[in-house]
Amino acid sequence: MTETVTETVGQNTNGAHTPLLQITNLEVGFQTQRGLVPAVRGVSLSLYAGQTLAIVGESGSGKTTTAQAIINLLAGTGKITAGEILFEGRDLTQLSANEMQAVRGRQIGYVPQDPMSNLNPVWNIGYQVEEAIKSNSGLRGRDARQRTIEVLKEAGLSDAEDRLKQFPHQFSGGMRQRVLIGIGLSARPKLLIADEPTSALDVTVQRQILDHLATLTRDYGTSVLFITHDLGLAAERAEQLVVMYQGKVVESGPSQEILADPQHPYTQRLVAAAPSLASRRIQAKKNEDAAAPAIFSAGGTDTALIRRATDRELAASGTDLISVVGITKMYRIRKSGLKYDELLAVNDVSFGVKKGTTTAIVGESGSGKSTVAKLILQLENTTSGRIEFDGRDLAGLKGRELLNFRRRVQPVFQDPYGSLDPQYNVGNTIAEPLLAHKVGSSKERQKRVLELLDQVSLPAATQFRYPSELSGGQRQRIAIARALALKPDVLVLDEAVSALDVLVQGQILNLLTELQSELGLTYLFITHDLAVVRLVADNVCVMQKGRIVEAASTDDVFDNPRELYTQELLAAIPGAHFEFGR
Amino acid sequence: MPSSTQGRQPHFVAALEDTPIVAIDRLDETQKASSTWSDAWDSMRRRPTFWISSALILLVVIVALFPTLFTQTSPTANCLLGNSNGGPEADHPFGFTRQGCDIYARVIFGTQASVTVGLLATVIVTLFGIIVGSLAGYYGGFLDAIVSRIGDIFFAIPTVLGAIVLLSVLPDRSPIVIALVLSIFAWPQIARIMRGAVLSARNSDYVNASVALGVSKFKILIRHVVPNAIAPVIVIATVSLGTFIVAEATLSFLGIGLGGGIMSWGNDISQAQTGIRTAPQVLMYPAAALSVTVLAFLMLGDVVRDALDPQARARR
Amino acid sequence: MLWYTGKRLLQMIPVFFGATFLIYFMVFSLPGDPIAALFGDHPPSPAVIEQIRAEYNLDEPFFVQYLIYIGGFFQGDLGTTYSGRAVSDVMAAAFPITARLALLALAMEAVAGIFVGLVAGLRKGKFFDASALVVSLLLISVPTFVIGFVLQYVFAINLGWARTTVSGAAPWSELILPALVLASVSFAYIVRLTRASVSDNLSADFVRTATAKGLSRPRVVTVHVLRNSLVPVVTFLGVDLGSLMVGAIVTEGIFNINGVGGTVFKAIRLGEGPTVVSFIAVMVVIFVVANLLVDLLYAALDPRIRYAK
Repeated sequence: MTETVTETVGQNTNGAHTPLLQITNLEVGFQTQRGLVPAVRGVSLSLYAGQTLAIVGESGSGKTTTAQAIINLLAGTGKITAGEILFEGRDLTQLSANEMQAVRGRQIGYVPQDPMSNLNPVWNIGYQVEEAIKSNSGLRGRDARQRTIEVLKEAGLSDAEDRLKQFPHQFSGGMRQRVLIGIGLSARPKLLIADEPTSALDVTVQRQILDHLATLTRDYGTSVLFITHDLGLAAERAEQLVVMYQGKVVESGPSQEILADPQHPYTQRLVAAAPSLASRRIQAKKNEDAAAPAIFSAGGTDTALIRRATDRELAASGTDLISVVGITKMYRIRKSGLKYDELLAVNDVSFGVKKGTTTAIVGESGSGKSTVAKLILQLENTTSGRIEFDGRDLAGLKGRELLNFRRRVQPVFQDPYGSLDPQYNVGNTIAEPLLAHKVGSSKERQKRVLELLDQVSLPAATQFRYPSELSGGQRQRIAIARALALKPDVLVLDEAVSALDVLVQGQILNLLTELQSELGLTYLFITHDLAVVRLVADNVCVMQKGRIVEAASTDDVFDNPRELYTQELLAAIPGAHFEFGR
Repeated sequence: MPSSTQGRQPHFVAALEDTPIVAIDRLDETQKASSTWSDAWDSMRRRPTFWISSALILLVVIVALFPTLFTQTSPTANCLLGNSNGGPEADHPFGFTRQGCDIYARVIFGTQASVTVGLLATVIVTLFGIIVGSLAGYYGGFLDAIVSRIGDIFFAIPTVLGAIVLLSVLPDRSPIVIALVLSIFAWPQIARIMRGAVLSARNSDYVNASVALGVSKFKILIRHVVPNAIAPVIVIATVSLGTFIVAEATLSFLGIGLGGGIMSWGNDISQAQTGIRTAPQVLMYPAAALSVTVLAFLMLGDVVRDALDPQARARR
Repeated sequence: MLWYTGKRLLQMIPVFFGATFLIYFMVFSLPGDPIAALFGDHPPSPAVIEQIRAEYNLDEPFFVQYLIYIGGFFQGDLGTTYSGRAVSDVMAAAFPITARLALLALAMEAVAGIFVGLVAGLRKGKFFDASALVVSLLLISVPTFVIGFVLQYVFAINLGWARTTVSGAAPWSELILPALVLASVSFAYIVRLTRASVSDNLSADFVRTATAKGLSRPRVVTVHVLRNSLVPVVTFLGVDLGSLMVGAIVTEGIFNINGVGGTVFKAIRLGEGPTVVSFIAVMVVIFVVANLLVDLLYAALDPRIRYAK
């Protein structure tokens, strides 16, 4: 596979067309107790001066390892076992520790993934930026300080002078990421490696920061190696794409070409699963081919769609199953001393959910969307307002009645790693609600567990497994099976697919859609991801700072967003205006 | 879309045979099921340290329970002053104390008191700490405030210092009393650790999920919270068994530990110190027995910690 | 920081009263005659009993006794020894010696412990690391008094490099051996703690980022790894002061040092209850105050604590 690349690169080597960075047949392995485990298996890529190249792949594809291998940031047991990394003609794999130190920061900058853990909590921001400047330039004392302020201002911290003495925990995630970008670019390197620089941030913040990064790198003529799991983002930000899968490059070339016409089956899958705005709501359709399920049925005119449409119309005429009227939730946050700050997490929120439909509540972090979920689930009490379920006020439900309510409204939480008790095997986890509500004999419960596992497409043997042995997607299936155990009417899905890789996410969304049409479920779908909303929701409530700013049908919100905030959110979806080949 | 005319690269596609596509998120059915505890067990039994320390602990416990299995010589009777500080001879492998008693027999018979104190204090402190810590951490509020403040007060008195004060007014100093006295000042450590672990387990999503499923609050504590919070306590308990044995020996050395009539390593070391210039071996044998026992519990604690903390395992 | 200091000071008040009350309670309100219990096998003369009854106001109700005692405490009246001397006077003579011993031990254990722990953490799995681990385990499992006797036997009796007992004035040079004994166990704990914390921090994201900035390896190790690893070590030092105090009693006893520990040691041996109780009450108060200082040091090292509300 790599021969083709080397050949073509060979043609380019004459004159000024030498790549800035050229990786050939790179192999990286990690030493474990079971021997050397390969993480990168023969990767080749080239990046020219002034270009942006994105490596796209799911978790475990080896994309981050490839990036870290370039300036040898591999974790302790990682080793480059073969291949060469030419940077301006010099093989970086052959450099001594001192030579590599001179390359890092000065010639190749690095912006890491998680802004929360990448700044040292015990040093102030100014110190951490200045340290980089001092080691990469001759600047000392006042000059270094001056340059620090400049760097931070360029990175978008307008009040840099006043914030030098502040510590990382006093900065928001977006601000920290700006600091990290500032550090990465502080020595005006020729190449910047940006490893998922914004994946931990809200979409609107993400957009601002990436725009800013693009401006800076264009101004300085910096090449960027961009690592991301998000195909939309890659398409938008890079002219060259490298798609990685299981430690290998499966497809590479100009972004537009790859997205418009993906050749490798894996790339095709990725493109098909990318929840862009071009896609429609998923319609329930059993897929016969289990080995390679088509994630989203592309068609729009089959009978299922028509049936769903009629179902929805029917439902629309009925009354609300859940109706939320003017609910407010206030938290008291301890300030210094005995003073308290009042935080209105949810402020006068009203909406209704009709039976058999999906209502999405969308918002960025701190918008109060998860609090709404907790209030509806009766995990917390409302400060004021009313929540009705099936015509009954939930306030003051106790004992038997509360149990009955819980039986009908079940949650699925965001973090598939946190929502299952690690000490409980899958069978016991799924049976727990049955036991709590004293449903059936132990034999009947056992039968129901198997039935549920089948419903979420997991083999019966899964019941003896523990959560730590399952993947994120499998755990989320278990969480869904547990939620379905009592045959509820409503599922409250709090960011239920956010932590999953895009292909797995697509699978789970498909499963949810199938279950909805099979069992007539009503979904309340809490998410920060508008692209996903388009795929699953009938109605959307957009939340900002505790309030609902816009509520309408999904098509309305996407086609005619009325509020500025909604428009911003839509614009911030990466790859929103990109035509995917599907 | 930024664009660049320079270095336009060809569209490369890998051959499908190079990277066969695996089904999305398939369950590996060949793998065998393993819980946290069975994983921990797997990790422990692969380490020689685990077997060495377990064997030592087992031996110590057997010696404590059945000292006569190991020696026929009485540690107290037949002490001849003529043998005072005498060297090893047949049937008396370690020699004699200043009073002319057989050192080996005294080491064997001294095991019981030392181990009893360590074991008893550990059991009391662990049970009490787990109960108090989980109730405080789980129910929070007023109960937590009260328990935590009381814990702070007991925590402010270092265990052995507190024990010295209390023992200086207690007439009876049997192993049970010593264990109780040590427990009085040592419980806040376990309670604090348990409280912290319970607090973090309480805020986990699986607890939220169970509440929403309709499981009762107390059942959640017993079924989900405590089992997930108990690992750090088990580690500390193993190690503190060793430290309690040291504490008893220290108290006995100071002359305020086990009553004079009770045979223990600490008492023997204490009595031997006057003759250290001329007969250091009298002191060394009980000291070695004590140290090896403590070492066994410390090593076991290390192995258990590594086994229960997957992060530590991954780091190794 | 100011707010944090204030909060810590406020939290110390109930602990201070609680702990002193607890000690007082244990001694004077347990069933039986506290005087008989305190003096054990050596009943004092009736005159002394009278003096003690007056001293501790034993004819007053228990709570009043405590209030009078704690009131005296604030005025510098720390109680009376068995032989009738004021505890404060004995303290004044003994404390400087113990303070020097403790400082020497603290310096030894901190410097050596952090250094060995750092090197072990950086060379995890190598020979140095394995030996450091074994040595630290051994040091922890051997009680201080045994280490004391062994070192005394080897260095003072066998080799003759040091004196078996420390002379009255306790010059620094004579304190080196006892300080070594006192430092041994805590040294082992510090090695283990530093090692674990260094190896955690080595794999921290911010250390990788620091490397990516182009910093030299020594700078990454000192400024980012070691600096962050000091935080848990300082916390440990606070808790460990308690065992340092117990260690001081044992060590000063073995080397016959006329410090606070030595005084307590002799008092315990001679069954002089009142002396023991008064001194330990003072030690507990010192422990509480020292922990406050350690907490402040901890906050100085970790800005997240400093700025916590």
